[in-house]
Amino acid sequence: MMARRRGDLLGLRAALADRLLPVLVGAMSFLATLAIGGALACATLAAGWQGNIETALTIQVPQPGNPDAANDGTRLAAVQRALAVDPDVQNAAVMSTAEMNKLISPWLGSDAASLGLSLPAVITAQWRGAGSADTLGAQLQQVSPGTLVKTGAMWAQRVAALTTSLQACALAVLLVVALVAAAVVAVATRSGLAQLRETIDTVHGLGALDSDIAARFAARAVWLALGGSFGGTLLALPILAWLAWLAAPFTGPARLGGFFNLPPALLALALVLPACAALIGWITAQFTVRGWLRHLP
Amino acid sequence: MVRFDDVWLRYQHSGRAPEADALRGISFEIEDGGFRWLTGPSGAGKTSLLKLIYLAEHPARGRIEILGARAARATRREAAMLRRRIGVVYQDFRLLPQLDAYDNVALPMRLARRSETQVQADVGEILRWVGLAHRLHARPDELSGGEQQRIAIARAVVARPKLLVADEPTGNLDDEQAERLMLLITALNKLGTTVIVATHNTGLVKRYPFPRLSLEHGRLVHDG
Repeated sequence: MMARRRGDLLGLRAALADRLLPVLVGAMSFLATLAIGGALACATLAAGWQGNIETALTIQVPQPGNPDAANDGTRLAAVQRALAVDPDVQNAAVMSTAEMNKLISPWLGSDAASLGLSLPAVITAQWRGAGSADTLGAQLQQVSPGTLVKTGAMWAQRVAALTTSLQACALAVLLVVALVAAAVVAVATRSGLAQLRETIDTVHGLGALDSDIAARFAARAVWLALGGSFGGTLLALPILAWLAWLAAPFTGPARLGGFFNLPPALLALALVLPACAALIGWITAQFTVRGWLRHLP
Repeated sequence: MVRFDDVWLRYQHSGRAPEADALRGISFEIEDGGFRWLTGPSGAGKTSLLKLIYLAEHPARGRIEILGARAARATRREAAMLRRRIGVVYQDFRLLPQLDAYDNVALPMRLARRSETQVQADVGEILRWVGLAHRLHARPDELSGGEQQRIAIARAVVARPKLLVADEPTGNLDDEQAERLMLLITALNKLGTTVIVATHNTGLVKRYPFPRLSLEHGRLVHDG
């Protein structure tokens, strides 16, 4: 007699069919992938923006051509001299007329110079100081009264708060998705148990351990969840890639990488999420079956 | 050994009022290697008594000892291990519809994690014994009532149980098959298996004059 496979002793292929459960788990994985992708993108964008904003220094010098306080040259030149000797200020550069026009054109039209307005000179620089730039502002006020100094620290804090709240939202979505996936597995398992009640009664009566029966349900749930989740994650990746491509102008190609170059963390989701779904399936099926078997003597 | 000491059974379904007592104050003892017929009219409580023996029900009160173990004190794992030492022929066969004859018979051995080599040898032998070696791959719905019953009997005895419990095992068998089955059961009994057979077949009881437990209205009215 030929050796035979043990196969599907309980008939789980029919009772836990490969239709509804994988589709629902796949849908949950699709949402989870989008949520995680969103959180990662948010963190990437925020990191880039924070790095630029936090150190950005903007100095506005009103009436830049007028004499400075010491009557030793123009106000603009006096401010530039003060910035040049300050070790905490780097890359100071006066914004050109063309750059100024581009900056204010949304409000004043394409040729602000023709309006005859007295525009301040704008100097951009990088702030490398440990503290605030208030002392620098006071110094510049002395050589050029009315000069304004602004740093991006406040905006950086706001971006950080926004990032944290968006990541918290993503985490909440993940929790909800995990709970729904667990509920889907639990309902499918209970339905399978109801369908196989007589079979399980018989196998239980023949001496099957609760762990034997639970393990068979859990193995089936693992495969279904794994397959569904893998499919759902793979479906979501092109959408994430498309969103990354849309976001590329804000991040630079090195960060979110464009259409065919998603970050490794996102690509790893294709493996990590199905593994998590499989784990949820295994744990849920084990608990559901063992709980149900408690009703048997 | 199987020992019942003032055992009562009352079925209690959740959400419903308790039913009348199915068994009332049953006490008896079957020594290791003993054989008992279990007789009585329909509804007397034969199947209920067998269910208590193969641990499918808990008694409302009283003490049950099966193969040296107190049933009420057994953990779930111990109860499962105890069930593996009990072969049961159910009145309704309870063959698994998705498995063929071979896999149905092999089930108790596989649950007990016996080697496939041993499974093949023992299942092949017992299927030949019950005359169904040619029906290995037939599923239950492809078998006649008598064939299903023989598969159920083969499944009950394949793991060489210490205790064999059979509920109307000859109900769907012709005289020749019933006689063949009794030869198998008595052979097992001679090898030390304790046997309890519930039956309406008075002819069989006369031909094999073993001691008899007789039930009426849930009470034991005859023991010996």
